[in-house]
Amino acid sequence: MSKARTSLPRSAAAHGVLLLYTAIALFPVIVIIINAFKSRQAIFRSPLSLPDADSFTLIGFETVLKQGDFLLYFQNSFIVTVASLACVLLFGAMAAFALAEYRFRGNPLMGLYLALGIMIPIRLGTVAILQLMVAGGLVNTLTALVLVYTAQGLPLAIFILSEFMKQVSDDLKNAGRIDGLSEYTIFFRLVLPLVRPAMATVAVFTMIPIWNDLWFPLILAPSEETKTITLGAQVFIGQFVTNWNAVLAALSLAILPVLVLYLIFSRQLIRGITAGAVK
Amino acid sequence: MAAAKKPVRWHIAVFLAPAVLIYTSVMILPLFGTLQLSLFGRGESGLIFVGFDNFRTLLFDPRWSASFWNALWNNTWFFIIHMAVQNPIGILLAALLSNPRLRLRGFYRTAIFVPTILSFVIVGFAWKLILSPLWGVAPSLLDMVGLRSLFEPWLGKEEYALTTLGLISVWQFIGIPMMLIYAALLSIPEELLEAAECDGITGMSQFWKIKLPLILPSIGIISVLTFVGNFNAFDLIYATQGAMAGPNFSTDILGTFLYRTFFGFQLQIGDPNMGATIASMMFLIILVGVCIYLFMIQTRLRRYQF
Repeated sequence: MSKARTSLPRSAAAHGVLLLYTAIALFPVIVIIINAFKSRQAIFRSPLSLPDADSFTLIGFETVLKQGDFLLYFQNSFIVTVASLACVLLFGAMAAFALAEYRFRGNPLMGLYLALGIMIPIRLGTVAILQLMVAGGLVNTLTALVLVYTAQGLPLAIFILSEFMKQVSDDLKNAGRIDGLSEYTIFFRLVLPLVRPAMATVAVFTMIPIWNDLWFPLILAPSEETKTITLGAQVFIGQFVTNWNAVLAALSLAILPVLVLYLIFSRQLIRGITAGAVK
Repeated sequence: MAAAKKPVRWHIAVFLAPAVLIYTSVMILPLFGTLQLSLFGRGESGLIFVGFDNFRTLLFDPRWSASFWNALWNNTWFFIIHMAVQNPIGILLAALLSNPRLRLRGFYRTAIFVPTILSFVIVGFAWKLILSPLWGVAPSLLDMVGLRSLFEPWLGKEEYALTTLGLISVWQFIGIPMMLIYAALLSIPEELLEAAECDGITGMSQFWKIKLPLILPSIGIISVLTFVGNFNAFDLIYATQGAMAGPNFSTDILGTFLYRTFFGFQLQIGDPNMGATIASMMFLIILVGVCIYLFMIQTRLRRYQF
């Protein structure tokens, strides 16, 4: 690396542009969160200032927690996300292992078939998916959502995981085979622990769209008992549009869990994107 | 591979079965089911086969075709905004971030990616509040820089609403092109850049002459991802403007059109077959886009790769 590539004015300019964009990226989030803690008057009088002793209030959060079934919605989202994630990771890893490890007739074709779903959005099949769920008696159940999200997440998971599984050393697996381990033991005991970082990446990738999805909860499970947090927040905000404290508090409640999760896993997510893109 | 000598390798089937079963039954079959439904209509006694009549209705019947072409054009404009604003800014941010000497780049990367992880509901309402003339965050911000006169209720005016939503969507998803380009820039071998420097190619011209050609494959991937994402979009419009995609359908895109047709709205009852027809049109459009990418752009770009 030579010194010619960086100079003081140029790096100042770079920081300037990046800071400006960071401000643009974070501004709406910050405005929503600070105003959620302010009284109604303060929200309108000085929307850009931080809450102080006079204007601080939690009234919005109280309204939200009393009126909406936010805890139930949160629980539904949590169940759906965790269950889908578990299915995607387990089934995806198994299929990826079969594709990466064994040579059999139709292997490349199977890989291509499973990869189709990366480009074609599952949403286009909605009409028939709804019919399928009606026929199966699964409408307004969380199971319907789990099935759809599992199908949605599998293609990318298989694609990424099989790339990683190809890198696991053959000697290790063959040593296992000589010791008489079954193929299942080799997969669960030897290979899975070795691809754990890749699994974490896939998990973060799979999780965010599931947690944020509005379309399928709206269509497959709109009943009060099965609403997810995204759908619940949408309906709640629609109803309470004039209660600014409640709306801002609801938005903050919906932002915070994802934000915290993202800050914990951001390194993993970024590594995943970079690893996937270098290919 | 020792396993190759065994006669029937059941474990392969066991490993593949769950994924293939769920994927086929919940994704591939419904996709074909939807295509198939678009060929049927509602007769006096249940479903009847009507061939391509639904498509003819959608494209040529005056009541349907106006909505369809409106949605298709709006969708195209939505896509153009993303290609013209999101991707160049994403590339610029990535180029700045990829400087190995830049401090705080982890912070910038994380912060700029934050909007991408938020749900459409949050993004839509947050911007709706900020742009609302009632609350006045946007007007008072414009006031600070002396541009107060430029403020309009952008989301409420027919001529601005779609562009505004497009820019909100750009704000949300800029992290994706930024990350992909950033990764591509990091993977350029250091020797190549050093060689370029020896030849006196530095700074901006280094970016245009050396780096840009090398990241073209990534730009191709980003373009096709943007295309698929945009022509499949629904949530942001639904969350901010509702199923009617107001004002006066000026923000109607194929996704909201599909939703309205499929489920009905206000006085119109839902029509699964016409819904399936619209979904099939979206499928065709996305398929054509992906094929153009795979057969033309991807093969032409391959020669740049190492």
